Amino acid sequence: MNEIYRFVTGPLAWASFLVFIVGSIVRIAHMIYLVRTKEGFIFSYISLKYGLRSIINWLIPYGPVNMQRHPALATVTFIFHFCLIFTPIFLLSHVVLWDEAWNVSYWSMPDTVADVLTVVVILCCVFFWFRRRLQPEVRYLTSPSDYAILALVAAPFVTGFIAYHQFPGYAFFSILHVLSGEAMLVAIPFTRLSHMLFSPFTRAYTGSEFGAVRHVRDW
Amino acid sequence: MTQPALPDEEKTVLDEGIETGASRLTEEKITAVINRVLYGEGGARIRVYVDTCVHCGLCAEACHYCLSHDNDPRYSPAGKVKQTLWEMIRKKGRVSVEFMKQAAQIAHTQCNLCKRCSMYCPFGIDVAYMMSVVRRMIHLLGMTPQYIQSTAHSHSATMNQMWVKGDEWPDTLQWQEEEARSEIAGLRIPLEKEGAEIMYSVIGPEPKFQAQLIYQAAIIMNAAGMDWTMPATSGWDNSDMAMFTGDSELMGRIKRRHFETALRLKVKKIVMGECGHAFRSVYDTGNRWLGWRMPPIPIVHAIEFYYDLLKEGRIKIAKKWTDPVTLHDPCNVVRGRGLHEKARYVVRQICENLIEMHPNREHNYCCCAGGGVINCGPPYKMTRIRGNRVKAEQLFATKAKGAKTLITPCHNCHSGLEDINHYYGLEMDVKFISDILYAVMEKPEKA
Repeated sequence: MNEIYRFVTGPLAWASFLVFIVGSIVRIAHMIYLVRTKEGFIFSYISLKYGLRSIINWLIPYGPVNMQRHPALATVTFIFHFCLIFTPIFLLSHVVLWDEAWNVSYWSMPDTVADVLTVVVILCCVFFWFRRRLQPEVRYLTSPSDYAILALVAAPFVTGFIAYHQFPGYAFFSILHVLSGEAMLVAIPFTRLSHMLFSPFTRAYTGSEFGAVRHVRDW
Repeated sequence: MTQPALPDEEKTVLDEGIETGASRLTEEKITAVINRVLYGEGGARIRVYVDTCVHCGLCAEACHYCLSHDNDPRYSPAGKVKQTLWEMIRKKGRVSVEFMKQAAQIAHTQCNLCKRCSMYCPFGIDVAYMMSVVRRMIHLLGMTPQYIQSTAHSHSATMNQMWVKGDEWPDTLQWQEEEARSEIAGLRIPLEKEGAEIMYSVIGPEPKFQAQLIYQAAIIMNAAGMDWTMPATSGWDNSDMAMFTGDSELMGRIKRRHFETALRLKVKKIVMGECGHAFRSVYDTGNRWLGWRMPPIPIVHAIEFYYDLLKEGRIKIAKKWTDPVTLHDPCNVVRGRGLHEKARYVVRQICENLIEMHPNREHNYCCCAGGGVINCGPPYKMTRIRGNRVKAEQLFATKAKGAKTLITPCHNCHSGLEDINHYYGLEMDVKFISDILYAVMEKPEKA
């Protein structure tokens, strides 16, 4: 068990971070290459000012009209994305791992806070799951891969929660936790989780067209 | 999902353009065209948009078709992409003839390319662009709906949308000039005046069956003392159905002729009538195809033109329009150019009482006629009308607040809203701004 643990937190962790980072760079580079070769005109329209204007306005909670129309979803989405990114980065045991591997140390949150945030992420995933099942317009668009992605995102938090609380079989769940976290990282560049990489670009481009050419807001 | 791809009520539509085109297709040809468009002509946006969409369904809120069909998800913007591009990508272009027939109907008659959904997607995904991509495929496969294809043929043969012949054009202008001279002595519609400040351009339907709009424009130009001209040659028509059929090459030819006509006349700017799609073509898409980041000559839409005239005091108002009015914001000049506040200024200058419809400005509901949908002709009239029940509801609510006149500064909106008006029994009076401006302005007796 220890050897497996050492493997998944050692070489496999390295590998997954590598795939995540290199994969992300390759995907973005490929996108820029495609734009340059096929739709070069986009470079003449993309505008830093209006791109940022659009991104910032879509980051303001309940700012855009569509968020005002779906306040519950907007709330859950904001909380979910915040917890999803914040929790693993500032979790004490993760900071310890960075310290051991790289000798870098930074602020971490108390474990009870992390515990709450973990449960919040899981609850948000449950919310999204039900939304996919019950809302007709979402259900129509949903394919099995959408559930798989949702499960992939929830898995590190569920397993982490089990491992932290040392429920029966927690050693096994610790390994599963690391594995699922790595799986999620690796999946980011190659699945619809890539919206993490691409959404700033799509938003900025639409914001540029709406702002600089059309002279209107896009939110 | 188990639902059929098309709602039953839409299945009765039989379009000769689609049917005849489809009868000549093979699956190999379909695959070749799809892959040519997906991976040859385009690629960057399609790929990123499809990969980025998280299937959240938030765009459903934006689409008037979806709202009008009790939120039927097949009409949601992403739902339309699912039924077309997702499937084509998933099957690597190996889709059936039947599939393409449905795709043609979805892209051509269930989306007005109004881009409202871009404002409702958290990622700003441009579904209108993706529907245009499907239309491009349909065009390359030769199965564009018959009526709109006919207008594209007209563009190709005559450089105008309505088969107006070379001599009919100046003849119509002279006819309107003569009519207007009985109201204002000595009035001219100056043809081919080199070096004039303004070239005034209109869409094909104006000389064909709305010639009074040219008459009104002449009266307005004259009263404001503008130095203007109209070309006697082709290039006078600013409309562009090729932009909507995906025939980009033809779009380029039409716009080149339009711009070159203005440059030949050495005018300082083009002022265009109250048309939305033509504005989109001249200001946004046609110029791009020709390699111009922005149009090579300033383009002024009628709203902006009237705004300037009123702001500068070039036109005086004799007596404002008394019936309470409401203003429909057309997508191509509002979401496409931000002219909503100027339109309100104009309306307030010429009308006593403006009652806002809700939603309005950039968020207004589409007329369901634009984007080439009304140009697909009578087979789809009910698709448009049923597909825009939400517009009727919006207008009924505005009427309940007292609005009697519906101002719509766009030709497609005008025709589409007339249909909504009649079918749903709104009994509103649909007007262009120029109809009202002409009626309320001070007119000199002599030119």
